[in-house]
Amino acid sequence: MGYFITVEKLDRVLKALSESYEIYGPKLFVRGGRFTDTDMIRYDKVASWEEMEWSKRSDYSFKEVLLPLRQTLFYFTEDRVKEADPERTKGALIFLRSCDLHAVKRLDAMYLRNGEADYYYSRLRKKVRFVLVGCQSAGESCFCVDMKTNVSEEYDIGLNIREGKLEVDCKWEEASALFDQNCSSKTEVAVDHVTETRTRVKIPENLSSAIAKASMWEEYSRRCIGCGRCNFVCPTCTCFTMQDMYFDENGKTGQRRRVAASCMVDGYTDVAGGGAYRRKKGDRMRFKVMHKVYDFKQREGFHMCVGCGRCDDICPEYISFSHVINRLEEGMKEVCGDE
Amino acid sequence: MGMDIETGKLKKNAFRVTKERGKTAARVRVPGGRMQADLLEHIQKIADTYGNGTVHLTIRQGFEIPGIPYEKMPEVNRMLEPVLQGIGTKHSTPEGGYDASGTRNIMACAGSSICPYGCYDTTAFARRMEEAIYPNDLHFKVVFTGCHNDCAKVRMADFGIMGMNEPRLDPNRCISCGACVKRCEKKSVGALSVHNFTPVRNEQRCLGCGECVLACPNGAWTRSDKKLYKLTLFGRTGKRNPRLGVDFIKWVDEESIIKIVQNTYDFVHEYIDRDAPGGKEHIGYIVDRVGVHEYLKWALKDVTLNPEAEVYQPLYWTGVTYTDQPGGYHYPKVNMKN
Repeated sequence: MGYFITVEKLDRVLKALSESYEIYGPKLFVRGGRFTDTDMIRYDKVASWEEMEWSKRSDYSFKEVLLPLRQTLFYFTEDRVKEADPERTKGALIFLRSCDLHAVKRLDAMYLRNGEADYYYSRLRKKVRFVLVGCQSAGESCFCVDMKTNVSEEYDIGLNIREGKLEVDCKWEEASALFDQNCSSKTEVAVDHVTETRTRVKIPENLSSAIAKASMWEEYSRRCIGCGRCNFVCPTCTCFTMQDMYFDENGKTGQRRRVAASCMVDGYTDVAGGGAYRRKKGDRMRFKVMHKVYDFKQREGFHMCVGCGRCDDICPEYISFSHVINRLEEGMKEVCGDE
Repeated sequence: MGMDIETGKLKKNAFRVTKERGKTAARVRVPGGRMQADLLEHIQKIADTYGNGTVHLTIRQGFEIPGIPYEKMPEVNRMLEPVLQGIGTKHSTPEGGYDASGTRNIMACAGSSICPYGCYDTTAFARRMEEAIYPNDLHFKVVFTGCHNDCAKVRMADFGIMGMNEPRLDPNRCISCGACVKRCEKKSVGALSVHNFTPVRNEQRCLGCGECVLACPNGAWTRSDKKLYKLTLFGRTGKRNPRLGVDFIKWVDEESIIKIVQNTYDFVHEYIDRDAPGGKEHIGYIVDRVGVHEYLKWALKDVTLNPEAEVYQPLYWTGVTYTDQPGGYHYPKVNMKN
């Protein structure tokens, strides 16, 4: 059922829902950016619609809500272990765009269906509801249409931003009653989505691991600094590493935590004996790109990359991921000839 | 009839006595080093109409327009009016040009409005300093630089201001990639070490340069809201004893810096050697003569330093001193009365 609702009334709905749900949305951190007097947008708990920033895409994605960057798994003391309490006991209501909602499907594929379901992910993934915020226009670096993530039906609440009010489509019963009480009027609502983007990508049909031999990757050994920003902002990057941290005083107690990891950062492929599989940045780039637009799909049937474009915007070296995708065709020609 | 001009007056009016008999050069100051581009047109017009068609870009972020006949100074001042107004230079007489040239143009590097390393808006602070001290006939050099790279070379000025941003760590965003530690080690002072997979900042050593914030891929490091600075004192070039300015106060705020510079004018008024050639004696040499304790008494009068401020004591300068020893110069360890 669809509704017109004022921002004020939406906040009432949020307030009521906040009894059993933490609300998360993109928030502007004033002067929280890298450079002096620049801001940053990233996900955080919010209490009202106005606290959320929709004028620009968030620099970092919603994934931090489900995958804390640094997550304590358990505490240990000599022969005893205590599981860490969950970061959140309430449910979560996450406001996001269509590309990010598609990213949830990727996270689930990794953590729920890729072998045994991950205990800690499942714990935070339970009781999560999604509010899809419609896109009236695409950002400069967005390429959701080509990645087929511009339309999304998997939402609990859909929302369009209109002059002075909001349109809501609610598929979630618990919330419907609240919208019934608080709406200005009822209406049919289709969540906004874009049908074209300025940035376009084309993944070649014949793409295969043969591309590893293409010369294009060498350029990235030169240009990429291996900082990992592209991974950390990516809503579908899910890698982590483990840390056993011992408390200083006696060294017998401590905590095990998992921490976000990046395939672009030094150390990711290090193995015992001092080996490392991908020392060159170009190799790391090839691995990342192929995982995002090739081999993940072999397994899951859909591409990992959702085309949000965050990695393009965050790269301090102006390496454009969408541009790399578009070079793959030429790369395949180089390694396979023109047939 | 021979030319009859009072050179002292024209110098204060920011004209120069040049090598070429009968010709002066007009000097235009750009505090903070930034101006609207359309004002350049006036500079060009003056050079073409009254000068020799060339402009010298001065070392201190100004323009020097040479080849101007002395008698054209009033006309040049008239043509300079839109430039003074456009830049916002205070002047007592409309179309009368500059009121003073003793206190030199207040310089600034590109600062945070352009440069990724800049820790504050250098031009804006330079303009506020200009407001506080210009016009003045005393020879003062105040320079602003955005960070400890010191591209503006503030350590060669009487007062050097370097931006400092206190870095703050949100450990929950730290993923132990080590980028900040490496960066600080290689590009700054090595103020970061690692403990339990997390960077630890040596607060004493940290320069507040912001390299860790720039290096962090995850926004774990951010800059403090409050803009603080390092103030360096009494660097100088010149013949007798050129030297770099030394750190005076770390993490000091804007208000304190302005007050200290203003107080220094009072100190110089009190102690300047009035028999010095041209009545000019640079602050540093006055302090050398009078003693740093006496100077600090004046400089810090009625200054309430912000709680973060750390004052360096004692202050020592070194630099080059010329002697009749082999080589003709040496670097004394300390040449200050303290």
